[in-house]
Amino acid sequence: MKRRIPLLIAFFVGILVIVAEFIPHKPFGTLTGGLEDWFMIIAGFAIILGQMNLIKVHVLKIKHKLPNWQYFIVTIVSFAVMVIFGLFWGTEDNAGILGAGTSLVQSIGSKPFDYMFNNVYQHLSASMFSLLAFFIASAAYRAFIGRTTESNLLLIAAVLVMLGRTSLGSFLTGWLPDALSFLHLPNLAEFIMKYPNTAGQRAIMICAGLGIIGSSLRIILGIERSYLGGE
Amino acid sequence: MKMSPENTRRTLFTLILIGVALPLIFKLGLPIESSENVQMVYDLVNGQPEGSHILLSFDYDPASKPELHPMAYAVARNALERKYKIVCTALWPMGASLCADTFKRLKEEMPGIEDGVDYVNLGFKAGGIVTIQKMGSDIRDVYPADMSGTPIGELPIMDGIRNLTDFAFVYSFSAGAPGIKEWVMVAHDKNKVITTGGATAVSAPAILPYINEQKQLHGLLGGLKAAAEYEKLSGHIDIATSGMDAQSIAHLIIILFIAVGNIQYHLIRKRKRGE
Amino acid sequence: MVHFMNWLGLWIGALLTFGIYSFLYKDNPFYKVAEQIFVGLSAGYWFVYTIYFILIPNLFNKLSADFGAHWLLIVPGILGILMLTQLVPKVAWLSRYPIALMIGTTAGISFMRYMKSDVLSQITATMINPFNGSAVEIVGQLLLVVGTICGVIYFFFSKKHEGAFGVGAKVGIYFLMVSFGAAFGYTAMARISLLIGRLQFLLFEWAPNILP
Repeated sequence: MKRRIPLLIAFFVGILVIVAEFIPHKPFGTLTGGLEDWFMIIAGFAIILGQMNLIKVHVLKIKHKLPNWQYFIVTIVSFAVMVIFGLFWGTEDNAGILGAGTSLVQSIGSKPFDYMFNNVYQHLSASMFSLLAFFIASAAYRAFIGRTTESNLLLIAAVLVMLGRTSLGSFLTGWLPDALSFLHLPNLAEFIMKYPNTAGQRAIMICAGLGIIGSSLRIILGIERSYLGGE
Repeated sequence: MKMSPENTRRTLFTLILIGVALPLIFKLGLPIESSENVQMVYDLVNGQPEGSHILLSFDYDPASKPELHPMAYAVARNALERKYKIVCTALWPMGASLCADTFKRLKEEMPGIEDGVDYVNLGFKAGGIVTIQKMGSDIRDVYPADMSGTPIGELPIMDGIRNLTDFAFVYSFSAGAPGIKEWVMVAHDKNKVITTGGATAVSAPAILPYINEQKQLHGLLGGLKAAAEYEKLSGHIDIATSGMDAQSIAHLIIILFIAVGNIQYHLIRKRKRGE
Repeated sequence: MVHFMNWLGLWIGALLTFGIYSFLYKDNPFYKVAEQIFVGLSAGYWFVYTIYFILIPNLFNKLSADFGAHWLLIVPGILGILMLTQLVPKVAWLSRYPIALMIGTTAGISFMRYMKSDVLSQITATMINPFNGSAVEIVGQLLLVVGTICGVIYFFFSKKHEGAFGVGAKVGIYFLMVSFGAAFGYTAMARISLLIGRLQFLLFEWAPNILP
């Protein structure tokens, strides 16, 4: 019951979805439509599970005083602040438990939840990912070395695309006559993206697609069971 | 004198910071050329009859805002100028807030546009590809109400809209999964709805195979450069264009780093061979 | 008050940006605090949005507005609650039911969608007449056809890469390398765009408003 029923569920819904693709009429179409509705709701609960699990893990880290445990208090406080603001005063379009928070909007310009999102979260998120600009520059210096034919191809393609996909490319080779327009850097970059890049990416896409199809079949047929966990 | 790896790294960081900051302050005015894929998107957005319904999906979060927000703004403004009816969805929760932000700014610029009539923000739904598949059969079931809670039946913009096939085209601003790939798979390949979009530059190369003779994807705006191209085509120069000089100089610096790294490597190798 | 809060918002944004960027020098408590605020707020945002925009409209409102028409939604509601049993190790096995439903549905949909979009359509898109168009297009289309076939050969691991097959695989690697190079170029472009966004904020929003 602990393993067999979940395997049967996965088999039944997987087959149902595939059959409904070929016979989209009743009962298959209706059943799949209902299933898609259910999926969305369960996915919502899965998100809630994710957040609760995050908090559980952090609470345990604090409880056992793991390295850097003090910082995890900040995580929990930040989470609590966002949830309290959201549930009590709502979001820009929704009222919360304490109402629409009109007076708060008048005094601070927006709901507390939106204020946190606009003035704290957005900046943190954008800054965190913009850090990668520095690291990619550093990686270019350290790792982008032409040692073999393969690495030379990688290097040349990267340089041409980097030049061609900016205004600098247009500026550097804009003077070329029409007969040599294919050497114009933006055109070269477009050529690389349209043909050799697409060929490589398409090969990856086809092979990854076949891999996903294989994995899906393994799941539906109950060969792949790792999602059920232990026991 | 040999620099320590730590100091080398810090020097590189400082150079890239200065290389991006200076052109933002002192504009160079480098030219911007439009590419084939951007032109395709522009022609599609401008080629529909007045009053057409289009679906814009905000599938990104603030981490990709500098790349995708200028795109979203340029495309949405263009669509409003063409008097289309814009229905917005989001497969990423923060996409819903960024959509609200886009239309807040557009409303300041075009006070005549009305929420629920000219545009509507239906908000976020989880489920990715499964949710899109459901929208293909019944969008009203997925979105019983818009973001502010107005029932979908009471929104004038949704009159006559039942599923994805009622839209002239679907446009995804995509930072990853779920995003443009899932829209191609369901909206175009299952429901035969024209699908186009804008993606972060990181994900754009992997999306390009969908631009083919079957037009699985109808053009693509890839990264900030494409947003700048779109701004130029639509005649509204904005924030994406203002970043292009900095982008060019930063690329030049990275290329210089690659060159210096290679020269160093080959010099060291030559020296070692000599020994 | 609104003006002050806007000004304060700019300062918070700037200080947090500096906090994150301090990592470029070395890991430090300011960065760690900023990082954890980021994680906490992100989780809180997802939590609130899921309740307001999925569970309330798609489950609770539907059930309360017309129970007769939507009574079946009790099932995903219960399955959703079973999903939460993951948090309690003793009864965590109950969460296998909703997980199986989600995995099975995703497997079924992925099977069909990837088959159509990423396999069949891509093969069809490669079955073109490469000798159509200008000289540049002909070269490009030939590269596209040869590159795709050789790339697929490279990923075929059931046969040893030797002889003609090995040559095909080798050519495939060359095309993949060009793809990765192009992808690196685009990645650099993306990351620089994000830095531009940050500096635009610091230079044109925060700096002119340093004083209230």
